[in-house]
Amino acid sequence: MAKVKRSPWLLHYDGSSCNGCDIEVLACLTPVYDVERFGVVNTGDPLQADILLITGGINTQNQSVVKQLYEQMPRPKVVVAVGVCACTGGVFKDCYNILGGADTTIPVDIYVPGCAARPQAIIDGVVKAVALFQKRADEYSAKKERKN
Amino acid sequence: MAEVICPDNVLEEINVDELLARVMAKKNAGLRLSQACAVCVNGKYELSYSFANDDTYEYTTLRAVIDLDTNVPSVTAFYPFAFLYENEMKELFGVKIDMINLDYHDKLYRISAETPFLKKEGEEK
Amino acid sequence: MGKRSVIPFGPQHPVLPEPIHLDLVIEDEKVIEAVPSIGFVHRGLESLVQKKDFNEMTYIVERTCGICSFMHGMGYCESVEHIMNVEVPERGRFLRTIWCEMSRMHSHLLWLGLLADGFGFESLFYQCWRMREKILDLFEMTTGGRCIFSVNKIGGVLKDIDGDMMATILSVLDGMEKEVKDIRKVFLFDYTVESRLKDVGVLTKQQAHDLGCAGPFARASGVKMDMRKRGYAAYSQIDFEPITSDIGDSYARCDVRINEILQSIDIIRQAAAKMPQGEISVKVTGNPNGEYFMRVEQPRGEAVYYVKANGTKFLDRMRVRTPTFANLPGMLETLKGADLADVPILVITIDPCISCTER
Repeated sequence: MAKVKRSPWLLHYDGSSCNGCDIEVLACLTPVYDVERFGVVNTGDPLQADILLITGGINTQNQSVVKQLYEQMPRPKVVVAVGVCACTGGVFKDCYNILGGADTTIPVDIYVPGCAARPQAIIDGVVKAVALFQKRADEYSAKKERKN
Repeated sequence: MAEVICPDNVLEEINVDELLARVMAKKNAGLRLSQACAVCVNGKYELSYSFANDDTYEYTTLRAVIDLDTNVPSVTAFYPFAFLYENEMKELFGVKIDMINLDYHDKLYRISAETPFLKKEGEEK
Repeated sequence: MGKRSVIPFGPQHPVLPEPIHLDLVIEDEKVIEAVPSIGFVHRGLESLVQKKDFNEMTYIVERTCGICSFMHGMGYCESVEHIMNVEVPERGRFLRTIWCEMSRMHSHLLWLGLLADGFGFESLFYQCWRMREKILDLFEMTTGGRCIFSVNKIGGVLKDIDGDMMATILSVLDGMEKEVKDIRKVFLFDYTVESRLKDVGVLTKQQAHDLGCAGPFARASGVKMDMRKRGYAAYSQIDFEPITSDIGDSYARCDVRINEILQSIDIIRQAAAKMPQGEISVKVTGNPNGEYFMRVEQPRGEAVYYVKANGTKFLDRMRVRTPTFANLPGMLETLKGADLADVPILVITIDPCISCTER
């Protein structure tokens, strides 16, 4: 697993967000903020992704989609909830179709606040996620060595 | 200075029986169906079909007030794209609309709550 | 006759930042029919009128969509103001116009970037988004927010743009005008870009009208309709003409949107020159009673706000009919007969905003 060091791949999924956080996540990937300098690469394929960035709350229809995306990602994996809707449900918490934040469906490791989350906060979250991913990857390979 | 074209909105109250005839007249006049929506107040539905004239910017709304159990004919025979609006009314309000050309059968938004916009009697705040 | 098969497209798809699902019925490489299924982003925010009063609703409506957030808030406020007969001060109206046009610029630049990404022109995508950041910096300078900046309130706006800020805005726009003209050359005269866009997804004027399309999508097919002509905010004092094209293909939609960016720069300059001094908002008392249909021109087209009030502080109904909702039937029409490889481009050319559509 040493090979994956410092190059985890990012998957972004839009839950039921208002778009504000999504375009800020995309803005982070473009030249001005450029999270790719931390070694992450954006991908559209859950089978190759290590870090899931999820924006927006969970509703009844996308719950199964989010679950499936999470299960398709190989271990170890890290989930970052971006924006207050993904953290708790936000202003839409009282809506009939919103179940709540992303943690109602999948385990979330890092919460990024804000409505819409600022790029600086998202970068902060991604940097923490990269560190956590390295830690989990190291633990995983140590466990594997012990087995052998 | 630009010319401002802003006529007042027109509201025409109609009976639900004459809905199709009135909608056909609008279609023949070359108007565009701009939106259709339902409101649930005082135990009745208010259906609004708004038509826009894109040259004069006139905006005419046909308004039919119906009981909760009245069946409404679909306007998709004249405006096929109205299926989105009608499915929405059906799913969110429970308006009984017959003969939609593409009927999602309450599966447009696939919500778990049943007709969330329908205010039952006694539930008014 | 080839064998028919159904290919699911979405909801999680690399070219789409937002989830929409299409079932594409294809025969060999040609799409025969497309059936949409939506609802992945449906929140039901219109139902919040029962829990939030009409002033708080401004902030909910602004969160319908993070791209045209300002215009959503403005459309809602203007319809409530119309019901309550509130006259917004002149300066407030001009400020709304300026923020509106800046929103339109950032939305169109975002769209151009996504289009470039859609046909695989990565560096062009980055160029568009780099320019878009300049507009966001202007938003941050004037309001403090980047996407959702909540400066609308019923009766006016909450923040003012002073002389120094205005000078900065105008100097940034001067630079942007040059840059937009540069990327315009790439989008409209580059051989590879042309080959991906020309004659793809043609929609005639008659079809656009019959399918109820709105905004740049309809204008690219020759429908001369622009809600700004209705003179809401301060548009009655601005000189402009709707930009149209007669061709109706993806190339024309690109052309119309780029020219609208340049038009927006012009409108902001006019508004800055004509903006009077004075108050930016008025105090509003009482509760609304009545109903009104307000139409505003968003970057994606005509949006309809319907507010029905009953004299209490809670509204009976607040409805938003967003432009993508009107443009979906048009998109399904252009998909018929298209190559499978062109489907992402065609979906992008209506500038879909799914979170608006499903609310």
